[in-house]
Amino acid sequence: MNVYKEEKIMKTLLWGSALFTVFILIAILSFLIIKGAGALSIDFLTKIPTDSGEKGGIFPAILGTLYLVTIAVLTAAPLGIGGAIYLVEFQREGIITKIIRFGADTLNGVPSIIFGLFGFAFLVYYLKLGVCILSGGLTLGFMILPTVLRTSEEALRAVPRGDKEGSYALGATKLQTIRNIVLPQSFSGIVTGIILGIGRAAGETAPIIFTAAILNPVLPKSVFDPTMTLPTHLYNLVSEATPDKLLNAYGTALVLVMIILITTYSALLLRRYFTRNIRR
Amino acid sequence: MNREKLVERILLICALSAIFVIFLIIMFLFKEGLPILKKEGLSFIFGRFWEPSKNIFGALPFIIGSLSVTFLALLIAVPLGLFCAIFLSEIAPGWAESLLRPVIELLAGIPSIVYGMFGLIIIVRAIKVSIGLPTGESVLAGGIVLALMILPIIISISEDSINAVPRAYKEGSLALGATHWQTIRNVIIPSASSGILASVILSMGRAIGETMAVVLVLGNVEMIPRSIFNPAEALTSVILLEMGETPVGGTHYQALFAIGILLFVIVMLLNTASILIRRRMR
Repeated sequence: MNVYKEEKIMKTLLWGSALFTVFILIAILSFLIIKGAGALSIDFLTKIPTDSGEKGGIFPAILGTLYLVTIAVLTAAPLGIGGAIYLVEFQREGIITKIIRFGADTLNGVPSIIFGLFGFAFLVYYLKLGVCILSGGLTLGFMILPTVLRTSEEALRAVPRGDKEGSYALGATKLQTIRNIVLPQSFSGIVTGIILGIGRAAGETAPIIFTAAILNPVLPKSVFDPTMTLPTHLYNLVSEATPDKLLNAYGTALVLVMIILITTYSALLLRRYFTRNIRR
Repeated sequence: MNREKLVERILLICALSAIFVIFLIIMFLFKEGLPILKKEGLSFIFGRFWEPSKNIFGALPFIIGSLSVTFLALLIAVPLGLFCAIFLSEIAPGWAESLLRPVIELLAGIPSIVYGMFGLIIIVRAIKVSIGLPTGESVLAGGIVLALMILPIIISISEDSINAVPRAYKEGSLALGATHWQTIRNVIIPSASSGILASVILSMGRAIGETMAVVLVLGNVEMIPRSIFNPAEALTSVILLEMGETPVGGTHYQALFAIGILLFVIVMLLNTASILIRRRMR
């Protein structure tokens, strides 16, 4: 009898912990929606902030985050996809692939604030790029490089061997096979990795706070100008928490989370579609 | 040189870029931070006072701050995460699994600054009201916020290792008359223990390196916390809060990079341990 009682109690606890996890997400999202929906309006999305963020909108911050993410992807995508092609198509499993993979895993674990320090010391100061979109975008690009590399690698590996061999048998060269067989088949998997990287880059604060961000609502004219961004703007509003700033902070957080959840969710859908295609 | 060789070279450079970046990060951290670490020696790590204006740099309060928040977070997140992982792989019916999986991925996608904001507005206030502290910003608040953040990592890696337990073990145990929970406790968890350990170590590295969530809820007081109800300051918070106000190249600037070195070394040791454990599992 005792055993069955224990069984019941433990199963209830297991269900309870799962429910609690769902509850956490609901709590965070409803907190943002309830508090932030009031701040959202067309003006909020398209106007420049005034009174150091107490009034006005967040347009420069949205634009700045967009610029930073674009540069981050332009940095990480060629390096990550190129590296993955090398790992899968050009190099046999061995010491070199192990080193490269270890490097990617190590880079993946570096705390974001260290990327900030590095970006400042190397890009802003040593290379004299200054605090600007380029410095921040490159820093974010280095940060998401491992994500892009490892997901691309997975996608490339999923291409069936027979398809490649068929291409070789028809007399195609290695480069032709990669271009015509391997890349088209792994395309959606690679895109998934890039989207996951975008989601991560858009929300990071610590790497860009010393490398790209300013508080002034000035629209940048080139990649060598600093910019406002959504996460750093949010940080400033929250840490100075006056009631007006807080209302705008909720609005900013809601916009940021919506951007990130939509990108993450589309990556998940894409991945599901893509794994289903492989199984077929 | 033929075209294929040229492409191969270019791709090799791409593949090596991650290692190159790691190398640059180490080089610049040590270039800026090593001089002061050498000069101050162990007193940088064990010094109890941090007063940049008087050139006194002791990082002990921040080390203890980071460690105490991290352990508290693990204490909360490991049981919860492990239970979720067991739920997912052992007892969840199809509909519950397809509900919980996206929930976990979305939790992992929420940026740390938003967790920090949620912590500051909800958790800090709840602690203040329910326990009656003068301010709710405390190690406890930091631990709870970090626990929420590392939960997805613990769930997903523990689940992988639970799924890797051979089916025959489980069936053998059930065939001997054990109940499902007895099987989970006596067969599945012990067999998956190294993977679970890997997930705990990895999430410990994440928690120590986390910046934005803790800086908003810890209170940022440069003192060693006496209990979980005291405010504290983490290694990451010091860098974030003080980088802006220090001239490049000065002693204070170097001290912040030295803290970066401490952080980097701790996190790298934890990550490498986790990677090695997971590799041995396979």
